[in-house]
Amino acid sequence: MSRRPNDTKPAKARTAPQPRGIRQTMSDLHIWAGLLVGWILYAMFLTGTVSYFKDEISQWMRPELAHQAEVPDPALVAARIAGELQTVAAGSPQWSIGLPDARNNTASAFWRKPGVEGRRAFQSATFDPATGHKVAARDTGGGEFFYRFHFQFHYMPVLWARWLAGFCAMFMLVAIVSGVITHKKIFIDFFTFRWGKGQRSWLDAHNALSVFGLPFHAMITYTGLVTLMSLYMPWGEQAAFKTPAERQQLRAETSAFVQPGKPSGQAAALAPIEDMVRQAQARWGRDNINRVTITHPGDASARVSITRGDEGRASVSPQFLLFEGPTGRLLQAKDSVGPAAETRGVMYALHLGRFGDTVTRWLYFLVSLAGTAMVGTGLVLWTVKRRAKLPDPERPYFGFRLVERLNIAAIAGLSIAMAGMLWANRLLPLGLAQRAEWEVHAFFIVWGATLAWALLRPARRAWIELLWTGAAALALLPLLNALTTDRGLLASLRAGDWIFAGLELTLLALAALHVALAIRTARHKPKLRPQRQAAAARRPAAPPPPDEPVGEPALQEAAR
Amino acid sequence: MSAVLAKALGAGPLVSRIVAAVLGGYALAALTSVAAVALPIDRAQAVLTGMLASFVVYAGAVIWVFAVRSARRAWAGLLAAAVPLGLAAWSVWNGGSPS
Repeated sequence: MSRRPNDTKPAKARTAPQPRGIRQTMSDLHIWAGLLVGWILYAMFLTGTVSYFKDEISQWMRPELAHQAEVPDPALVAARIAGELQTVAAGSPQWSIGLPDARNNTASAFWRKPGVEGRRAFQSATFDPATGHKVAARDTGGGEFFYRFHFQFHYMPVLWARWLAGFCAMFMLVAIVSGVITHKKIFIDFFTFRWGKGQRSWLDAHNALSVFGLPFHAMITYTGLVTLMSLYMPWGEQAAFKTPAERQQLRAETSAFVQPGKPSGQAAALAPIEDMVRQAQARWGRDNINRVTITHPGDASARVSITRGDEGRASVSPQFLLFEGPTGRLLQAKDSVGPAAETRGVMYALHLGRFGDTVTRWLYFLVSLAGTAMVGTGLVLWTVKRRAKLPDPERPYFGFRLVERLNIAAIAGLSIAMAGMLWANRLLPLGLAQRAEWEVHAFFIVWGATLAWALLRPARRAWIELLWTGAAALALLPLLNALTTDRGLLASLRAGDWIFAGLELTLLALAALHVALAIRTARHKPKLRPQRQAAAARRPAAPPPPDEPVGEPALQEAAR
Repeated sequence: MSAVLAKALGAGPLVSRIVAAVLGGYALAALTSVAAVALPIDRAQAVLTGMLASFVVYAGAVIWVFAVRSARRAWAGLLAAAVPLGLAAWSVWNGGSPS
């Protein structure tokens, strides 16, 4: 920036007729970048936040599968599932088996349908690690829905949706940078909080939530872009590599996924998978195996690749062992990638947080929840600030009403919709066709209903009513679970099942949060200009109203 | 009528800045990702370096576009940054194989 070094800012800025200062323009940029995609960002943040516990949510959504007291031996499970796939996925050129771990009591697998190309070529199923058969549980997508929604939404083509998510993430990045520039006294503001002062309190809350988690918010936004960067920025790759073989060089740096080549056509039985997994266990630890992928099983050209789990490293860079299928001979041990690829691997892993232990995951969840609240308070602040300046508070202009109503549905409504999906998981008939899809439809139907409610009711009433509804929907879930399964909260606590108990206690805590928000909203009296003037007229000698403090230019500037 | 016209013309610089930020910023980021391939390192690493850095460039470009005094300066800054990146990218597109 071309700023003269001896330009002492406030003094000179006032004397010369200068265009608006950098803080003011950055404040405008912050406000508009945040507002325009704020509703989508809020949904991305909240669904992303709960996705740190997606495996636990999936377990809760499949109550038929018993609590897993001990992780079954991955070597035995892999062999068992591979045996099952001989019949389930016979003739398939590729199987890939995801193994259970401490947080996941199922094995999963996807495989290519023989003779089909492209995205539709894959089929998948969930398996019981103990028997190797497909799980006998209700048809549900589990917590996977929140995870997918977080970056590709629903009801729209996946690529478009990922571009939309990237667009919003870019806005978020710009909002973070411009928000920091807007802030002159970022450190002092962190320790400033004024309760019950209307707009000031909202601003202080927004500041505290943002500054407290700033490194996390910046990290999570940037690494989010990195997870899909080859989609967003394919130009360097296109310029650098002309042939598929060259591209494969790049793929090998970022993915352990093996593309099946041509089969030889000669039949040859697979060597025991168990022995191959044992070698991987010796290298990385008994439970630190992520996937076992087999290409051309039953053919002489079969290959088995075993990828490392997330424990003991904060990176998702490919690390795997590649075996020759029929002999079980180790062909390759990939354990490192180039520096730029490793940077990507670490950033990707930081975003997913799968490397973390339970404490780390809780920290991720809480800071991410603060990030959600940062977006939410920012959205609310937009209306709080403008409400005080409305010429006629009874009939606000269209833009104000739009933002106000969308805020209600996007913030209070989303909690109800997410809880609604869990309700649908317990209440939809087990025999319903496409039951898993209907759980997702239920999420959107409930969300749509909250939007209708927000549009039809007076705004303040709608906030309070929907927050109370959200609290009830969350708080009654443990009761619903106790009524519809034999794994209620007390039973889980007694059995030491911390996955079920932990999730339900968290639901209760979140319900309490909604109650607190509902009560505060009900007590809140919006400050309107005519009232303030009337009050000032009644008490002419009174000190200036508390929400117009003197000597805090930075905050006033940031609030404008 | 003239008031509407004046308003539309008054919005011109802002629209210009928004285009500069969204499309110009992306173009600059895309150029960066190609220019990085000219780095004297392994090609795959260079491609990934370009991708990783591109979002910093994009975000920086957007901030620049709104921070400077006029829309004209915003575009000028983007073009000034695009020249060296464009030269490096041109060497990549023309098959210059530095590594």
